[in-house]
Amino acid sequence: MTPRILIAEDEESIIASLEFLMRRAGYETRVARDGDAALASAAQYAPQLVLLDIMLPGLSGFDVCERIRADPALRATRVMMLTARGASDDEARGRAAGADDYVTKPFSTHDLVARVRALLARGR
Amino acid sequence: MLQPWVVILGSFGYIALLFAIAYYADRRAREGRSVINTPVIYSLSLAVYATAWTFYGSVGRAAHDGVGFLPIYVGPTLMILLWWFVLRKIIRVAKLVRTTSLADFMASRYGKSALLGGLVTVIAVIGILPYISLQLKAMSSSLQIVFAYPDVGVHEKSSTMPIQQVTAFYVAMFMALFTIAFGTRRFDVSERHEGMVAAIAFEAIVKLVAFVAVGVYVTFFLFDGFGDIFGRAAERPELARLMAPFDSPGAVSDWAWMTLLSMFAILFLPRQFQVSVIENVEEGHVKTAMWLFPLYMLAINVFVLPIAFGGHLAFPQGNVDADSFVLTLPMSHQHEGLTLLVFLGGISAATGMVIVETIALSTMVCNDLIMPVLLRWKRLNLAGRGDLTALLLDIRRGAIVLILLLGYFYFVAAGEAYALVSIGLISFAAVAQFAPAFLGGLYWKGGTRDGALAGLSMGFLVWLYTLLLPAFAKSGWFGMDIVASGPFGIEMLKPTRLFGLSGLDPTTHAMIWSMIANIGGYVLVSITGRQSAAEHSQATLFVDVFTQTGERGQQWRTTTSVSALQTLLGRFLGPTRAAELLQAYATVRGFKSAEELEADAGLLSFAELQLAGTIGAASAHTIVASIAQEENLGLDEVMTIIDEASHVIAYSHELEGKQQELEAATASLKAANERLKELDRLKDDFISTVTHELRTPLTSIRAFSEILYDHPDIDPAERHRFLGLVIKESERLTRLINQVLDLAKLESGLAEWRTADLDLREIVVDAVGATSQLFKAQGVQIEARLPARAPLVLADRDRVMQVLLNLLSNAVKFCPPRTGRVEVRLTQSGDATMRVEVEDNGAGISAEHQAVIFQKFRQVGDTLTQKPAGTGLGLAICRQIVSRLGGRLWVESEPGRGSTFSFTLPLAQASDEVRAVANA
Repeated sequence: MTPRILIAEDEESIIASLEFLMRRAGYETRVARDGDAALASAAQYAPQLVLLDIMLPGLSGFDVCERIRADPALRATRVMMLTARGASDDEARGRAAGADDYVTKPFSTHDLVARVRALLARGR
Repeated sequence: MLQPWVVILGSFGYIALLFAIAYYADRRAREGRSVINTPVIYSLSLAVYATAWTFYGSVGRAAHDGVGFLPIYVGPTLMILLWWFVLRKIIRVAKLVRTTSLADFMASRYGKSALLGGLVTVIAVIGILPYISLQLKAMSSSLQIVFAYPDVGVHEKSSTMPIQQVTAFYVAMFMALFTIAFGTRRFDVSERHEGMVAAIAFEAIVKLVAFVAVGVYVTFFLFDGFGDIFGRAAERPELARLMAPFDSPGAVSDWAWMTLLSMFAILFLPRQFQVSVIENVEEGHVKTAMWLFPLYMLAINVFVLPIAFGGHLAFPQGNVDADSFVLTLPMSHQHEGLTLLVFLGGISAATGMVIVETIALSTMVCNDLIMPVLLRWKRLNLAGRGDLTALLLDIRRGAIVLILLLGYFYFVAAGEAYALVSIGLISFAAVAQFAPAFLGGLYWKGGTRDGALAGLSMGFLVWLYTLLLPAFAKSGWFGMDIVASGPFGIEMLKPTRLFGLSGLDPTTHAMIWSMIANIGGYVLVSITGRQSAAEHSQATLFVDVFTQTGERGQQWRTTTSVSALQTLLGRFLGPTRAAELLQAYATVRGFKSAEELEADAGLLSFAELQLAGTIGAASAHTIVASIAQEENLGLDEVMTIIDEASHVIAYSHELEGKQQELEAATASLKAANERLKELDRLKDDFISTVTHELRTPLTSIRAFSEILYDHPDIDPAERHRFLGLVIKESERLTRLINQVLDLAKLESGLAEWRTADLDLREIVVDAVGATSQLFKAQGVQIEARLPARAPLVLADRDRVMQVLLNLLSNAVKFCPPRTGRVEVRLTQSGDATMRVEVEDNGAGISAEHQAVIFQKFRQVGDTLTQKPAGTGLGLAICRQIVSRLGGRLWVESEPGRGSTFSFTLPLAQASDEVRAVANA
């Protein structure tokens, strides 16, 4: 069964690059462009992994992550946070909110894909 | 049979015993094994307070006044409660300044004033004379009474007077010899008279034993105990009267004053000062004395009333002087042994008082009266002579003889007119005059030498007038007219009814007036006058003795040679002692011998202190001043100090002002700092935001570059789309960087402005032209409404164009495609400005958002799914530009009804006027 990945991001060009990378890596993707949409998609789509931008319109990435973690149905869902701010306290906050990994923009595509693989392998 | 020779032999035997005790104690003291260094001996020596007055006179007073004798003992007991604070302080100071007498102590406190020391000495000598005469009288009459043994009734005052005078003279001269032998055998006034103190303590025991023995004999052998005596006395009205203490008007105030008088006496009688302060070995002994001495006083008073009543009951005819009851009661029953014991007890009481009192007085007379005069007598060149110790001894011996002679003369002049107690009270009232200046000096730094002189002399004069004068008048020295009707017949000035104050005991009357004069003079003159520097330093030393530490102030200015100093010390202390002292001083300071010392201010002060222990503070000061120069504080110097002080005060006011300025500055600095912190925070936010804005396009550019690089097999259409995104994000990045830099330039004021007179119509037309493609692409209509002619504005053309383009592109961005409509209007607004309005029919902006859209990076999206293109800096830049050009940029909008962005620019003409006004 193909792993499902939810891309929660509001920048079109970044969405396009992530969609391409994930599909090429052999995953199924779906996109949410704000926090509420991300939560709704997560509940409905039950992805193995969420690529979650912190600076989302509406609910922030932190809020979304906390709610995913609070949902027992999504216990198996991994969360990888993406941020353009990169401050270390953001990373701490992300980990506190329950993120499994944390990637700073701009990222290396090789590194990103490798991390995604590793997370999904851990999830099994 | 108690023959006179038995009495004489017994007396001499007793006195020989006293000498033996004194000799033993002195020898032990020289060996460094003091026998008097115990609290019990110290307490017993204080009992020198109980003199022949107590021994014989208490019974006499009780026989007349009943319990009226008690205040004399209640006072000291009350004072003793305060001893731990008062006496200990006095002892501490006295040891520090090496005081030799009461007069020396007071002179030292008030700036080592020789004048004050002299005055205190004069008052003490004159004041104590009645007291000494009292002892002479008691001794000579007791001798006569004993000589008449066993006959007790022959003591007739008039017929025996000449005989008694002769006896008294012999007694006085014998006492003088006795005292000289006791007190001035060696020259050791500064050290202590250990032998004398030991003898005094022994005498205290003898007189107590003798008195209690009589008391027990009368109470339990002549009568059947206390109950029997008091019962029998109560049956007789004139005796029953004596048992009620406050029977007459004014009695309570008499008691109060008598008590106060005795409180002062226990401190200020020269002999009390001598034994309690000068002879004190250790401060801690005061603690024991505080309970033992009152106990002694109680014991010696228990039998006073029984003996008084016993005497009255035994001699109902009244032909026996009540003052002699103690002696005559055992005599009348021919109890020889007890009679002799009582006689020796009386001798003890009297000799103890006379020895200590005359030694104390002779020290004062020598150190504070004669030496200062001799030293000031330049022609004598006393300080330059050889060994002076012999001279000092002679002066003291002479003083002792003189004082006893004067006492004798007082006795001849006034002795018979008064009972023992009344004579004693005159002396008490005299020494009470020391209280204000003494106690004031101990606790009030403000007390001055002049105040002390004024208070003492005024109090003393009142004492002379209200107590001594009537005493002399009563003795028949001069007429009673003055006492009876006042000087020159002026009633108000009657010595015993001064200013109409009547109904009081003469002593109480004198105390009230003398204390008013004394305290008034002391306080008033002290307050209104000024202290000299020397006085001030001594005042601080005395008052703060418990809190001071370290070396005393040294007031010697120049140095002298050590040998000169040694010679000087040798003259007064003896060469051996002088050498010892200097050697000790040198050793303490780490020198091998005195020759290595330098005679600096410290050594001079040391020498002065050693001399003070021998000849008193005032004289010591004079002597050292003869070989060294004193640090004299002249009026000029004092004025300089005051001047400096006022400068200091002015300076401190200035400082206060400065401090307020500083506080204000600190406050504004704090505010500035807060603002800086806020700005710093804003800057951090800005940088963090800019970073974020830069990272976003960079992320896409890097991701697509890597994708295209890694996947050469990618579908051409997709490759094209990705490359397009790379280009678009690169443009966004470039725009962002440009705008950030632009904004930074505008905000820092570094932007360059090329202002000129502009026709806004041209600029609007150009801007519309430049954006027409954009409008066409979005299907949005644009229309410009321009007036036929417009006044010129003063502005930078490129910048105005930048603002307009920004507003137009914003408008088209937020307009609905196809139905969108944008209108640009140009109008004159008021006299001085042109207004440009850009209206769209887009979604509109809520009031809440209107406030934030002009801030950096605050964008308001009009769709949920897509952020508006742009950096979020455009409107912030526009507002900066317009305000720099002297105009205003704002928005009017309602959600759903479109938005109108307007800005104004000043007219060129108006700007000229503004500039003209500004330049005027």
